[in-house]
Amino acid sequence: MHLTDPWASTKGMASMTSAANPRTASRYPAGARAFPHRDLLAISRLERHEILFLLDEAEQWVELNRGAAKRTDLLTGLTVINAFFENSTRTLLSFEIAGKRLGADVVNMHAAQSSVKKGETLIDTAITLNAMRPDAIVIRHGSSGATALIADKVDCPVLNAGDGQHEHPTQALLDALALRHALRARGQAADDFTGLTVTICGDVLHSRVARSNILCLQALGASVRVCAPPSLLPSHVEAMGVTAFTDFDQALEGADVAMMLRLQTERMNGQFVPSAREYHHLYGLTRKRLARAAPDALVMHPGPMNRGVEIDSEVADALDRSIITGQVEMGVAIRMACLDVLTRRRRGVEGWA
Amino acid sequence: MKQQRSLAIVGGRLVTPEGVREGSLRLVDGRIAGFGGAQPGDEVVDAKGLLVAPGLVDLGVFAVDKPAFRFGGITRAALMPDQNPPLDYAARVNFIAKSGKPDLWVHPLAAATVGLEGKELAEIALMRDAGARAIATGRRWIADSGVMLRLLQYAAMLDLVVVTHAEDAGLTGNAVATAGDVATRLGLPSAPAEAEVLAVARDIALAEMSGARVHFRQVTTRAALALVRAAKARSVRVTAGVTPAHFMLSDLATMDFRTFARLSPPLRCEDDRLAVREALADGTIDVIASGHDPRGPEDKRLPFADAAPGMAGAETLLAMTLTLRRDGVIDLPRAFDLLAANPARLLSVDAGALREGAEADIALIDPGRPWVVDSREMAATAGNTPFDRQPTQGRVVALYKGGVAL
Repeated sequence: MHLTDPWASTKGMASMTSAANPRTASRYPAGARAFPHRDLLAISRLERHEILFLLDEAEQWVELNRGAAKRTDLLTGLTVINAFFENSTRTLLSFEIAGKRLGADVVNMHAAQSSVKKGETLIDTAITLNAMRPDAIVIRHGSSGATALIADKVDCPVLNAGDGQHEHPTQALLDALALRHALRARGQAADDFTGLTVTICGDVLHSRVARSNILCLQALGASVRVCAPPSLLPSHVEAMGVTAFTDFDQALEGADVAMMLRLQTERMNGQFVPSAREYHHLYGLTRKRLARAAPDALVMHPGPMNRGVEIDSEVADALDRSIITGQVEMGVAIRMACLDVLTRRRRGVEGWA
Repeated sequence: MKQQRSLAIVGGRLVTPEGVREGSLRLVDGRIAGFGGAQPGDEVVDAKGLLVAPGLVDLGVFAVDKPAFRFGGITRAALMPDQNPPLDYAARVNFIAKSGKPDLWVHPLAAATVGLEGKELAEIALMRDAGARAIATGRRWIADSGVMLRLLQYAAMLDLVVVTHAEDAGLTGNAVATAGDVATRLGLPSAPAEAEVLAVARDIALAEMSGARVHFRQVTTRAALALVRAAKARSVRVTAGVTPAHFMLSDLATMDFRTFARLSPPLRCEDDRLAVREALADGTIDVIASGHDPRGPEDKRLPFADAAPGMAGAETLLAMTLTLRRDGVIDLPRAFDLLAANPARLLSVDAGALREGAEADIALIDPGRPWVVDSREMAATAGNTPFDRQPTQGRVVALYKGGVAL
């Protein structure tokens, strides 16, 4: 598909187990019909095959990122703006690296959340950014639905890097990719996650990661359990097709994956749990608790971790179980895939323009 | 403007409290003089089969928006005290009461507490004498039950209705949606519908204790409506209102983060919407108001949770209420009880019904006339309507205030 990609010809694809491009070419509808969206705003807007398409597209970038020369000029001349209205370190860095490795000019805009609460500033900011003719805008904002609002006002693809408590689609995609790689490394041929049980535990109420992951994992065939104290469990979360637990031990019983979330105290208005110590007592993932899950159950965490609160260090660092660093690695690859796919129309890639 | 010449409206279908009948109406010196035919010297208007109904009395608007009220057939608007500055001072009440002249009655609602902060009682008696027709707690409830009780006792003494906002602020917090699967999917801060139930339960208890007349401006949940129904059955002096949004829409309307559907209280689940319709049918709800709150893009073109609540409702109030009649929920006389007679009674104004001696605020209405709600072409100062692009029926053709055509 990337005939113009110099890396593809020089590096060769022989070593790649997934042989991403030939596979995607045969499995998915031709050209833009494989991913007929201008923006990536939410997992809820994606079909299962579109999710799989992005995951398969990311495989080539996983490979590239593991090599010494980590750069292509696929997006040369294109400008990507990272507009972060909310503090972020890892996601911003991940998007910045992804854009740079694709050869794009990446500009980061940090806007304090307070300055966009005044009047029309958010829309004005969007219009201002748009006037600078970016080829893609990555947005993180503290209010649910903010990225969709901006997407309506700009002419280029918009990638949601997290909007309030709504969605964080690239996080769910990278989690899926990391999980797929981990399963594959164990010899469990895993294209999707049919038959897998994933327990998401933590501050589900305030978590956009949880929402995107629930939708993404379910689309890929997994059964999802969520677990949180009642104050942090969204009402009617069962309507999203998950099983809800307040008892972490029960929620872990036989689970194949434990995905831990941190307490998002910055979004809490009032007290939701008595103390971090008590939270750890009931919901901390310890070695002992992990034994309740399936043998070899995997441990995930979107970061940043609060060691000793939702997860113990010995679990987080368990090489055979924890794929937390793998998630971070896959983040760059997934974001490269998203930037590549969404800018194809702009770049006039055959079948996409 | 005083009515100069007596007027006879003939050939219309009169919407009277007793029913709809063909007949004529004479308006003399700003009052309804009788139901006989035209007399010599009368100016004669042929209604040609249109409905002849009382002008609407809108109990609870947030802005004086004459073009929108004119469009919607509203001749009297009870203005909420949530103005800038708030209507907590007699001179302001006096000023605003005159602000609608000559073509609109503005009936100010006195702020219950200083600055609407829910702490100290405002000078209610002075405001009454300056023209306030009732008392209102504003957009928020009064959290302190002691303050609320003293307010109700004082209002009972003055025989003024207290219009309350029924949401327990402790439960509501910074919520912008009703807890449920829609709010969960959208990741919106939400509060349980029980926030309304608690507030209604408390205020019923205090009304019963103090003997005050309490009007819940909006009751939007099944459980709270059941409380109102039960209270009325034991003759507590409570009444309930609603706006069309809560009998037309459920929280599904917020699905695309549409800020025009960001309301206070927030839209509820479908079962609550159906409960509101049942309460309209069985008489539990007494008033349908517009809650008119025009909001420009600076308040609405924002992320859902950051946008201001409220809708421009004056223009669609009549048409949306007439859908209830088409759906067989209520009949025509009941529709005008909800839109005019009941709110007039709560405000103690001598209008709102076709009754001999009442003030001659009259609307000629074509109930079948089709039109499409279009937020870009509203008469209101802003087009924030959740009914945008919705085809509907029923338009005001002519409007008279005090016997004078507007």
